[in-house]
Amino acid sequence: MENSSKKTIVSLKDIFVRFDGEVILNHINLDIREKEFVTILGPSGCGKTTTLRIIGGFIQPEGGDVYYDGKRINNLPPYKRNVNTVFQKYALFPHLNVFENVAFGLRLKKLPKNVIKEKVTNMLAVVDLKGYEKRNVSKLSGGQQQRVAIARALVCNPDIILLDEPLGALDLKLRKSMQLELKEIQQKSEKTFIYVTHDQEEALTMSDRVVVMNNGSIEQIGSPEDIYNEPVNAFVADFIGEANILNGTMIDDCRIKILGKELECVDKGFGKNTPVDVVIRPEDIEITEPENGQLVGEVVSSIFKGVHYEMSVMCGKCEILIHSTSQAEVGSTIGMRVIPFNIQIMNKLLPFYNNIIEAEVTYANENENSFEFKLEGETVTVENHFFSVGTKVKISLPPEALQLAGDGVGDLKDVYIESVIYKGEHNEIILESDERKWLMLSDTDEQVATYVPLAFDFSKAEFEVISNAKEGR
Amino acid sequence: MKSRKPSIPYIVWMVVFTMIPIVMIGFTAFTDNSGNFSLEPLKNAFYYKNVFLKSLWIAFISTAICLLLAYPIAYLITRMKKSSQNTMIMLLMIPMWMNFLLRIYAWITILQDNGPLDMALSMLGIHATYIGNTGAVVLGMVYEYLPFMILPIYTVMSKIDPALIEAAQDLGSNNISVFRKVIFPLSIPGIISGITLVFVPSASTFLVSQYLGGTDDIMIGDIIDKIFWTDQHTGSAISLILMIFIFVFLVLMNFFGDEEAIA
Repeated sequence: MENSSKKTIVSLKDIFVRFDGEVILNHINLDIREKEFVTILGPSGCGKTTTLRIIGGFIQPEGGDVYYDGKRINNLPPYKRNVNTVFQKYALFPHLNVFENVAFGLRLKKLPKNVIKEKVTNMLAVVDLKGYEKRNVSKLSGGQQQRVAIARALVCNPDIILLDEPLGALDLKLRKSMQLELKEIQQKSEKTFIYVTHDQEEALTMSDRVVVMNNGSIEQIGSPEDIYNEPVNAFVADFIGEANILNGTMIDDCRIKILGKELECVDKGFGKNTPVDVVIRPEDIEITEPENGQLVGEVVSSIFKGVHYEMSVMCGKCEILIHSTSQAEVGSTIGMRVIPFNIQIMNKLLPFYNNIIEAEVTYANENENSFEFKLEGETVTVENHFFSVGTKVKISLPPEALQLAGDGVGDLKDVYIESVIYKGEHNEIILESDERKWLMLSDTDEQVATYVPLAFDFSKAEFEVISNAKEGR
Repeated sequence: MKSRKPSIPYIVWMVVFTMIPIVMIGFTAFTDNSGNFSLEPLKNAFYYKNVFLKSLWIAFISTAICLLLAYPIAYLITRMKKSSQNTMIMLLMIPMWMNFLLRIYAWITILQDNGPLDMALSMLGIHATYIGNTGAVVLGMVYEYLPFMILPIYTVMSKIDPALIEAAQDLGSNNISVFRKVIFPLSIPGIISGITLVFVPSASTFLVSQYLGGTDDIMIGDIIDKIFWTDQHTGSAISLILMIFIFVFLVLMNFFGDEEAIA
């Protein structure tokens, strides 16, 4: 690729950040090249703004190093970095007019007055704010304030401009035109832009490269096309654009089984009979006569979206989304075909399906037929099963045996919801407790990045004795 | 347009307790005992010209000292943790819950001959009188009005968006220029209201000078207090002049305040 020949300007190595004991960035590595437009994309709370603030110098990482042009700059204060930021809510100085806001950085550099005047005037022309010099910044519209903020950063002639969700406060139409304008400014000025957003469309539109983050880690780095067409896992596929994400089994190289049907695909190297996640973009599904379809289903809804129809098809118990320019009647049975190239196979986010707990019985009551064990510092009681104290048991909990405790008191308090991915039938929810991760199924939508209490339904669990209680103790 | 009904109680209050008394004072100031128009009270009032000037001078000095003390205190408080900030503000407020006279008496005890201050300093070989002079009056006033200077400055400073400070750093400001170019200009409205809150009551205060000051530290408030018992007309005239002074001062402060907001 042409990009890779460019010099690396900023390099984050093994960055680790924690606030109040909570891990915000979990050992991330990121190289940013000269003159590229990089977007850091992710849901709120994923650590994207923190990454930006580390480059800006507002946060010092607890672990890891920040390199700028090959030099370590971990402890260099923001005012000594050749980096300027466009802040989320612009942070324009309310006591200064448009001209003075833009001139702020130049005045600190002690440039001669006529040079400042010339530079500011030119920059205001670039951002289309000629004649606004004497205006009060609080009297400007959102889009104009935005442009003042960009001019204020650009006029300092930094190597890198950091943009923290700069279009977040603007309406849709203005956002669209500002996206193009920003891209144009970046190309004209030949600066490195590092852009943070949670809007996937914005990221795909503007970037040379996209960095997808979730839960303090980088999931994938690639060109917009790579990220969209070759997502590395279900999280990225779900976050970027619309996708059908299904559970499948890799029978062998180039053979995948989904929804009970064996299909041809192009991916290799997953082994035999491996459970995998399968992604099919809605626009890649072709509608056919039922007898010609690889999959057959009944159309349950159809919505006209302008460019295409968005149809929901029930294939057994599983819902499949189709975008097509031709419409199928609601209630009709259709066939669906996908070419092998458009079936994306990905490793599962978790290496297990059933949640396994290995525990030692700490208390047992034969009369009530129950026992207790300790899990991450909490005592868990199991009814209708009895093992004597000291017995080591392996408890296998299928995802459907896990529930979010509605009454607020679960077996585990404060479990973090890491991701929620719709798999056509259920939401697959990945939870993180203090020591491990859990897989859960749910029919309701849960809010990612929140803490919830988790309850276990042991009537659905399987028990296996690993070793009996030691005798004579 | 919003309904004006809710402001009626306020208007009634203003008319009964502010407008009517002012008109009455104005009337009394320009009449003699028999109710005829007279410039005599005004002439009598100018007899106290020096007291006027001294009062304004003491108020000015007290306000200046309050500002010099309050600004760094307010700034330091805003840099503390939120919980410590609340504690500090609480500590500032608590003395204000105590009766004003009681606090002045406390100062008399501290400052008097053979009082704690005198005893402590005489151990170091320093002997002086600490009460009954202008310095003691200024001390009492600063003590009295310091919270009224700290609070508005603190309030304005704590509302400064931290992103503005980051933006200034980002554009190349070190800590000194962040203060000079962002924090200070944005805290000016707090300074203005602090000055107003301290200068106006200190110019018209009474009792402080009577208890802590000497004979020539008497202030215009004390004169009004005394003279009203014997000559309401002269008292009213002095009040009126003081009011005009304060009004002019407030207009000036407002003017500067606006100027700063625009520039």
